[in-house]
Amino acid sequence: MRVVLAEDLFLLRDGLVRMLEAFGFEIAAAVESGPELTEALAELRPDVAVVDVRLPPTFSDEGLQCALQARRERPGLPVLVLSQHVEQLYASELLADGNGGVGYLLKDRVFDAEQFIDGVRRVAAGGTAMDPQVIQQLLTRRERDRPMAALTPREKEVMELMAQGRSNAAIAERLVVTERAIAKHTANIFQKLQLPPAEDSNRRVLAVLAYLDHGSSS
Amino acid sequence: MDGSTGVRGGMLAAARGFWLGLVAMTAGIVLGSLLLISLALVPAAGIGLLTTPYAVLALRAYANKRRELNAAWAGIPVGSAYHRLPTEPGLSGHFKRFLTLVRDPSTWRDLLWVHADGTAGAVLAVIPLGMIAQGIFGVLLPWLWDPLTSGGTGDTHWYLFVPVDSFPTAVIAAGLGVLLIAAGPLLARPLMGVHGRLTHTLLKPPPKDALTRRVSELYETRHDAVGSSAAELRRIERDLHDGAQARLVAMGMSLGTIEALIESDPATAKKLISQARENSAEALTELRDLVRGIHPPVLAERGLGDAVRALALRMPLTVETDVRLPDRFEEPVESAAYFAVSEVLTNAAKHSGADRVWLDVHYERDALRIAITDSGRGGADPAGGTGITGVERRLGPFDGVLAVSSPPGGPTMVTMEIPCRPVRP
Repeated sequence: MRVVLAEDLFLLRDGLVRMLEAFGFEIAAAVESGPELTEALAELRPDVAVVDVRLPPTFSDEGLQCALQARRERPGLPVLVLSQHVEQLYASELLADGNGGVGYLLKDRVFDAEQFIDGVRRVAAGGTAMDPQVIQQLLTRRERDRPMAALTPREKEVMELMAQGRSNAAIAERLVVTERAIAKHTANIFQKLQLPPAEDSNRRVLAVLAYLDHGSSS
Repeated sequence: MDGSTGVRGGMLAAARGFWLGLVAMTAGIVLGSLLLISLALVPAAGIGLLTTPYAVLALRAYANKRRELNAAWAGIPVGSAYHRLPTEPGLSGHFKRFLTLVRDPSTWRDLLWVHADGTAGAVLAVIPLGMIAQGIFGVLLPWLWDPLTSGGTGDTHWYLFVPVDSFPTAVIAAGLGVLLIAAGPLLARPLMGVHGRLTHTLLKPPPKDALTRRVSELYETRHDAVGSSAAELRRIERDLHDGAQARLVAMGMSLGTIEALIESDPATAKKLISQARENSAEALTELRDLVRGIHPPVLAERGLGDAVRALALRMPLTVETDVRLPDRFEEPVESAAYFAVSEVLTNAAKHSGADRVWLDVHYERDALRIAITDSGRGGADPAGGTGITGVERRLGPFDGVLAVSSPPGGPTMVTMEIPCRPVRP
């Protein structure tokens, strides 16, 4: 799997390259600025891009803007955005086009290499990888909404993991229950939130995220 | 300015002018003379020392009343800048008050004003009603000319520039009178304006006083700014020292132990590795919180507009944002505005009991204008909390102002204004 990596700090870039290579990824390019990233994304057509939000030359949210622009030109281009801080605002912007293949994680998540690589793979496969902090913030805000209040604590737990982008199998493993139990919880969640049922697990995740982000089922 | 228009408004202004004239003349004679006499009596065994403060204060009370009237009737507010009086009781306090009053330039300006106002000002003020009275007299001349001039045989009566000595000349005078009656109310309001400006010129605080006040304001805000930035640095130092720094030390130690144990006791070494990883994650979290408190990343990346939007999203209650900002602003302004909004929102979430907040941020007439309204119970006391004082201190260096309206029962509305200019990013 070919990766384009954009990170301006040498130490982090080097570390990420090593980690990705160790897990069998092929580094198509490791760049350090916004313009270089745009060029690499257009020319190398990678399977997934791992991008730092803040990049030279402006040191504003250059990386995020490049990623959003590239996704406008190539809808669904898998992009995993990394940052020292996570903001719901940015998460909403990444999710706005409704196409999967987005990730938004704190840089700290690279500490747990397996989890992190799992996130990269999910994004590359068209799924999502949202930082638990983003999901936590979204859940807190929606807590008082009536449909949300109807969820059992277990269902909330499942929903939280689901919103992070995890598959039913992964959730089942995490909560030490069977996949069938999770499927049942998922069905209940969709019914209580009045979300249209979706067979595809990526679609399900996006529906839950859209619900959390906008607070309505329509 | 009075709301009524036309003839009624003119008549009202004329009547007010007349009243002002009478009052001004009386005050000029009574208050003006009292103060002059009192001052003249200072060498006479110090009698003036005792009386002068009373005379000055009476004059000030009158001047303040006239300032109010000037705003109400002529639409021109007049400021005052009297020096603060020592409140010490007893004779020595009295003497100190005397000295302060005599040294205050406003005292001498008041004295000049009360005399000018009692003469020139009074004449100016009574002109409109005088014109109307003179006009009425003119209109009556066709009936009065005969007795006045003994049937044209006695002295000629001059009405303005018309020699009235016969019925036709009296009719001309009557025509003039009608014109005067009409002109009086028409002129009354402009003249009231002129009178108001005259009062303003004579009674406003001398420019040096405004400057003095500005200097003390600047001194205070600078003092606050330096003080709070020092306190801020101190807090950052402490947070780093107790937080990230300590965690890195712990990590270093763990790594040292791991190095020693890795072959002899791999199980313990593994445990220590996961501990070190936890420590580094904690250190990062602490640093992230610290950074947010120094300069929030979204503010650096996106500017004030998106930073307050992101802030609103992070609040535990619903915040409806209406942010319309054309450009970026100087970083210190953006930062002050951001933290001010953050503080007010946090207060609303904590204390107001509100479930909804409206945040409005826009740029208009050379100032950043922010309004935050909550649906809470109100009754917030701006003097009570340290939060609001902190916000005022943040805004002070930019000449920003803050107003809180919080009637019991709500809603609480906080408005802020920061004069500034946009800059291109």
